[in-house]
Amino acid sequence: MNARFKPKHQRLVLVVLALIALVAAGLLAAWGLRNQANFFYVPSQIAEAPPETGRTVRLGGMVQEGSLDTLADGVTVAFVVADGEASVPVRFRGILPDLFVEGSGVVAEGQLGADGTFEAESLLARHDENYVPRELQEMTEHQKREVVAETVPAPDTAR
Amino acid sequence: MIAELGFAALWMAAALAVLQLVSAALSLREEGRQMAALVRPAAIVQGALATTSFVILLVLFAQTDLSVKLVATHSHTAKPFLYKLTGAWGNHEGSMLLWVAVMALSGALIAKIEHRLPERTTLATLGAQGFIGVGFYAFLLFSSNPFERLPVPASEGLGLNPLLQDIGLAFHPPTLYIGYVGLSVAFSFAVGALLTRQVTPDFARAMRAWVLGAWVFLTLGITAGSYWAYYELGWGGYWFWDPVENASLMPWLAATALLHSVSVLASRNALRTWTIMLGVVAFSMSMLGTFLVRSGILTSVHAFAVDPERGSFILVLLTIYIGSALVLFALRAGSIAEGERFAVTSREGALVFNNVMLSAILAIVLLGTLYPLLAEAFGARVSVGPPYFNPVGAIFTFPMLAVMAVGPLLRWRDDSWSRISRPLALIAAVCIVALLIAVVNGPIGILPLLGLVFAAGLAVASFAPLRGRRLRRVPVATWGMIFAHFGIAVALFGMASEAAFSDEELAALAPGDSAVVGPWSVTLDEVEPVAGPNWTALQAGFSARVGDGAPVTLNPQARSYWSPAQETTESALATRWNGQLYAVLGNRAEDGRWQVRLWWKPFVTLIWYGGVLIALGGVLAIIGWIRADYRKRWMAERLARHREAST
Repeated sequence: MNARFKPKHQRLVLVVLALIALVAAGLLAAWGLRNQANFFYVPSQIAEAPPETGRTVRLGGMVQEGSLDTLADGVTVAFVVADGEASVPVRFRGILPDLFVEGSGVVAEGQLGADGTFEAESLLARHDENYVPRELQEMTEHQKREVVAETVPAPDTAR
Repeated sequence: MIAELGFAALWMAAALAVLQLVSAALSLREEGRQMAALVRPAAIVQGALATTSFVILLVLFAQTDLSVKLVATHSHTAKPFLYKLTGAWGNHEGSMLLWVAVMALSGALIAKIEHRLPERTTLATLGAQGFIGVGFYAFLLFSSNPFERLPVPASEGLGLNPLLQDIGLAFHPPTLYIGYVGLSVAFSFAVGALLTRQVTPDFARAMRAWVLGAWVFLTLGITAGSYWAYYELGWGGYWFWDPVENASLMPWLAATALLHSVSVLASRNALRTWTIMLGVVAFSMSMLGTFLVRSGILTSVHAFAVDPERGSFILVLLTIYIGSALVLFALRAGSIAEGERFAVTSREGALVFNNVMLSAILAIVLLGTLYPLLAEAFGARVSVGPPYFNPVGAIFTFPMLAVMAVGPLLRWRDDSWSRISRPLALIAAVCIVALLIAVVNGPIGILPLLGLVFAAGLAVASFAPLRGRRLRRVPVATWGMIFAHFGIAVALFGMASEAAFSDEELAALAPGDSAVVGPWSVTLDEVEPVAGPNWTALQAGFSARVGDGAPVTLNPQARSYWSPAQETTESALATRWNGQLYAVLGNRAEDGRWQVRLWWKPFVTLIWYGGVLIALGGVLAIIGWIRADYRKRWMAERLARHREAST
């Protein structure tokens, strides 16, 4: 292991080593992204071609008005996520994020169960009232306007 | 009136940045020599003006001047004074002004103190600094003016996002910004050295302190941000692989690589081109991070100030800066490549390996962060999260940690494995013992298991370089390295322990009910309303106890701010030497019970103590180098005086 290279060769070895590592990182990343990326669904996509049960995906849409319900155990909540064309029942065991409101946009991460209910492991909360999940742009123009109108306060310069 | 003063100061600072750039560029040519005298004063006055401008913004926020649009949209008269001040940078415009002010100040500092490098290199560096500055001034003045007035003053402000009204977060952005800006200085040094072809150990020594300073602030910023996310968001996690978090991690990874390669260049005059390249990459990563955060181009729970126009502006700046630096690099790299030789088994060899691994991890984080954008171009909506980052990143992280344990034991230039066989055997033994203890304790995931084993090994290995040395004679910079590496081991232990042994309990409790989590028995005593300066809250009173121990009170809250109207979760924490009890209050169910989430997280605090240790290591290294530099100069002066006397 004590071989000492000529400077030119040493530089070459270094460059090759770095390239190999970077290419390996790139390939691994590509493989990882193909396998592990969580795909994003809106309810109409789930109705059309549902993801296989047990695969972690994200579901985004609007929380249907009046659908929020706490189950008997006191810690599981059920609600319906809709996009105007289809809807998906969602169950979530946990504490609802601060900005979770009926009629507002939500992104849930979890798996579709065999009974067609989406078992959410986490609900992605909006950080503040200006945040609109970008994925929700898939929704119809009208709904998008709704989400935006509701989540971005109009600049109130007149006051 | 003072808002206009701030705006004027900003314009003058911008003009000086142009002067700094032009005079530095001219002074590099033979015919423009006399311009050289202008560069340093321009940088110093620019620093003073940009700082003045930022101080004026602070004053406007302190006074809650509601005729200024930025104040009216981000502050409120009823807000606590501290958050009035911190609100100055809790928004896009103010934070960009802070960025520019810090950058101008560091330019002024270089102009004031840097006299070791060849004058031309320093001037070229200041020119590059002016070049970056001009773009950011243009950004502020044309698209993000923080001093814009409202046609009619507002009667009340809209208030600051309550999640930002937290002492941890209030000082988190400036910390990160100082880090980012420090990397812009490293970038300018790299460009300056390329322009004058002076990539020397002296150059590395001058750049080193800036890189290390930036790295210390980045480390602290990331640590603070992680702890903030942990207690403020109420999710109990410390890292979400969110694009905004990655935006700060990527420059940190590049800076860590740069930090190690710059010390090889400083002490051994090797890795010249690589160091320059990393200087360019590190700043590119902070620009890219800014772009990702500001443009809102990626889905992030942390994203704020989503604005495509600003995004494109930063993208243009990014392209100009990085593009021109890379072109310069391509033109000059050939003429600066020659460096000292070294063997594979040597300190340099280990550092090269560490650099390559860090670059690979950087590539993985970068690809994972940008992949959703790429996929979107092909019409697929994708989110990338822990299932990708954790295992793929680990493939490169663990080999890097292994070499990190061994590298400091090796000598520069050339060494043999047999010389360090004893400490290696000790480290291996510690790893095996840790493995046995972990396995006997029950099954845990492969990554947490590896984490625990490597943490144990690295903890011991960090102190191995002290072997056979007199402690008082160990250089301060070496202590810095030891602390930083030990800090990595400590943080890693915290992460692995949190992943392996956390206990979670989700329950619906009526007052008087109890729940058990980890060694704790937690009773809900009551839930009652409380009020703060600009919020009201429902506050739970828990008494938690381990066995028959004294009860500890925990008061998590569900807060409602009224301006802006927003709910936040305030978790409650009880910290013990061996972990943290974490409580969150949820909603009230119809039957009167309260949703409660409890976690017992063994050794979770070590994650952040580790981060602080890492930063402390950086501070020690800076002190050590400055002292060594000073001593060397003092010796040289004495020697010179001695010679003079003897002739």
